[in-house]
Amino acid sequence: MSFIRQVLSVTNMNLRSILERSGSSLVIIIGIAGSVAVMVSLLAMAEGLSSTISNTGQDDRVIILRDGSSSELSSGVAMTEVDTVSSSSGIKSLDGDPMIAGELFAIIDLTKKGADSTSNLPFRGVEPMSFAIRPELTIVEGRNFTSGTAEIIVGKGANNQYQGLDIGDQIKVRDSFATVVGIFTSNGDVHESEIWSDLSAAQGIFRRGPTVSSVILKLENKESFDEVGLYVESYPNLELKVQREIDFYDDQSSGADLIKIFGQVVGYIMAIGAVFAALNTMYSAVSTRLVEIGTLRALGFKGATVLAALMIEALILAMAGGLLGAAIAYVLFNGYTVSTLAGGSFSQTAFAFAVTGEVVQQGLTLALFVGFIGGVFPAWNAARRDITEALRSI
Amino acid sequence: MKYWMIVKSGINRKKIRTFMTVFSIATAFLLFSLGRSVAVAFNSEVDFAGKDRLIVVSRLAFTESLPMAHKNRIEAVEGVDTVVWRQWFGGTYKERQNFFPKWPVPDNYFDVYPEWELSEGAQEAFSRNITGMIVGKDLADQFGWKIGDRIPIIADIWPKKGGGVWEFDLVGTYTDSVSEEQGEAFINWKYFDEARQFETGRPGNYIVKIKNPDQAESIAKEIDELFMNSLDETKTSTEEAFSRMFAEQIGNIGLIINSVLAASFFTILLLTGNTMSQAVRERTPELGALKAVGFSDRLIMLFVLAESFFLCVAGALIGVLIAYLLFPLFSGVAIGFSGEIEFSISIVISAILVAFITAVISGVLPAYSAMRLNVVDALRKN
Repeated sequence: MSFIRQVLSVTNMNLRSILERSGSSLVIIIGIAGSVAVMVSLLAMAEGLSSTISNTGQDDRVIILRDGSSSELSSGVAMTEVDTVSSSSGIKSLDGDPMIAGELFAIIDLTKKGADSTSNLPFRGVEPMSFAIRPELTIVEGRNFTSGTAEIIVGKGANNQYQGLDIGDQIKVRDSFATVVGIFTSNGDVHESEIWSDLSAAQGIFRRGPTVSSVILKLENKESFDEVGLYVESYPNLELKVQREIDFYDDQSSGADLIKIFGQVVGYIMAIGAVFAALNTMYSAVSTRLVEIGTLRALGFKGATVLAALMIEALILAMAGGLLGAAIAYVLFNGYTVSTLAGGSFSQTAFAFAVTGEVVQQGLTLALFVGFIGGVFPAWNAARRDITEALRSI
Repeated sequence: MKYWMIVKSGINRKKIRTFMTVFSIATAFLLFSLGRSVAVAFNSEVDFAGKDRLIVVSRLAFTESLPMAHKNRIEAVEGVDTVVWRQWFGGTYKERQNFFPKWPVPDNYFDVYPEWELSEGAQEAFSRNITGMIVGKDLADQFGWKIGDRIPIIADIWPKKGGGVWEFDLVGTYTDSVSEEQGEAFINWKYFDEARQFETGRPGNYIVKIKNPDQAESIAKEIDELFMNSLDETKTSTEEAFSRMFAEQIGNIGLIINSVLAASFFTILLLTGNTMSQAVRERTPELGALKAVGFSDRLIMLFVLAESFFLCVAGALIGVLIAYLLFPLFSGVAIGFSGEIEFSISIVISAILVAFITAVISGVLPAYSAMRLNVVDALRKN
């Protein structure tokens, strides 16, 4: 017990004198805050992008592409093939109809708000069943498009990021116009960055024959995936690839993994820099307090007490730096929405930075790590000093 | 040079501190190198693309095709030299990671790119051999391809009539004297157009070589007006602007990554600057002694600056060296699809320049205060 009391009282003394040494303490805090802010912002970016993409996928939904294609944009499936797949077992039915829809995925070039040149916005032509398969899609403003007309509905993300996509606006498609009649949300997933229209309208706009890009279907239950897979695989001349929707979108989020790795690498490199700075500061902080430390030791405080107290001081400074860094990243970036070219789809996905608990925790771990390494060597050095030698340095 | 001893003793005064300062500068420059190469990756094609070439794409989206009939009408525009076309082929060589652009193009495509040098006989073989393929030298080296090799490409966007894998014969390579980008593959338009299942007779986009780069804007406008209100409206821009459009689309992200890196670079430099001025402050009495024995103010200032230069340049070189050793780990990691994180000599040069600037900035205050030191005050500090 007395050891803990001793440590606490020495720590208390150290902390009271922190203000007097504010210059060097600040160096540690700023160094660590910088590293943590950098790491947390990059990880928050990765987290936002990857959760937007992977939220889209459900494990009781299946997406079918042409064999050899890894994205909807590079895939083509004939409508007759969709009919063939629809007679497979394992597909959930709604009022007697199988829950399966062919969808056309294309790109349309529109201008972002505040930009001069155009960006690639995903455009999806869907069948009525597409809405039943994705119950998360809700029209939040206006109404749904009417089948057979050139009406479109726009995802919330696309609506926020692009010019001229409000209700009543018209966009030019070839020699005619399409009218925006509704805005939809979809759980914050990638569809919110898309424009949707009736399938036949989209086939007209993009000059496609009776083909779609992908097929989406709802399974009876998670386990019936194999039934559909087996059916497609064994059906003659059907060159299609069956994937769970969740796996497909996990695969598409590899760009986010890259940002994540990048964020971690940069965070660690910065942390190493911060360790050097912390070491420098702690060494000189300790050397200016050698007399203090010698006096404590002469009064009977143990070396271990001094070591523990100095470590606690370093860790408290590190924690303060870590919290400051995380706070900076949170204030600057949390909820900040950007859109970028995502994965292999050549089109824009809007997402918001997400400073999640897990991300902050990674940042604080980094901070404590820097504080520990930066503190332990100088503290160890001080604790082992000969008392008389320490006192003599007056 | 005869004063090197004094500078050296300053550096050696506290070896641990010097070591740690150099290494914290090194980490800053490692981040700097990383930031530079990311910036280069995001803007790679923008720097090099030709100004006398226009790209004509569908106004609806750059992925949509245009009719072949557009060719003659574009050729008739005043100031147009040559019109060629291409189509994005997609497809996969063995595995998805082996990404490189593949374009079906007409025989005379390479005339529009005079900065490319084709290997001997490549042009002739490409015209003669319907399954011919010309690839960038780097690409051939990367996959170990030799002339005469048969390259299989798994179809995605463009399935072959009757299905199956596309196969091309490597007939030549090209090198690009202007840019370092030599990673594309070209296949014969005639073969592609006849063998694909749909869209026959429709190129993806046109590349228009114009006679005078100054007319780029007016010619682009004229081309777009030709097709206004037709089923296939066009959007024409210089090759440079077209590439920039992609860079801007990744845009925000590149900017954010770069500013975050810049912030971290300056944080570390700030810390280092602080350490350096602390080191000089501690040495005030010694500098006073030097002055007392007759060293001039100017020399004292130079000593401190020289020390700062030594620390910064040594740190920068170590940082760049680490980057050089580390970057191969990132190779093949394409950011978006506009480039890779690559080490280049320009990184070294800019790093050394920045090191000099940093040395001046972080050294000038301590150096100035050292110069202004009053001998009596300085010695009294003992």
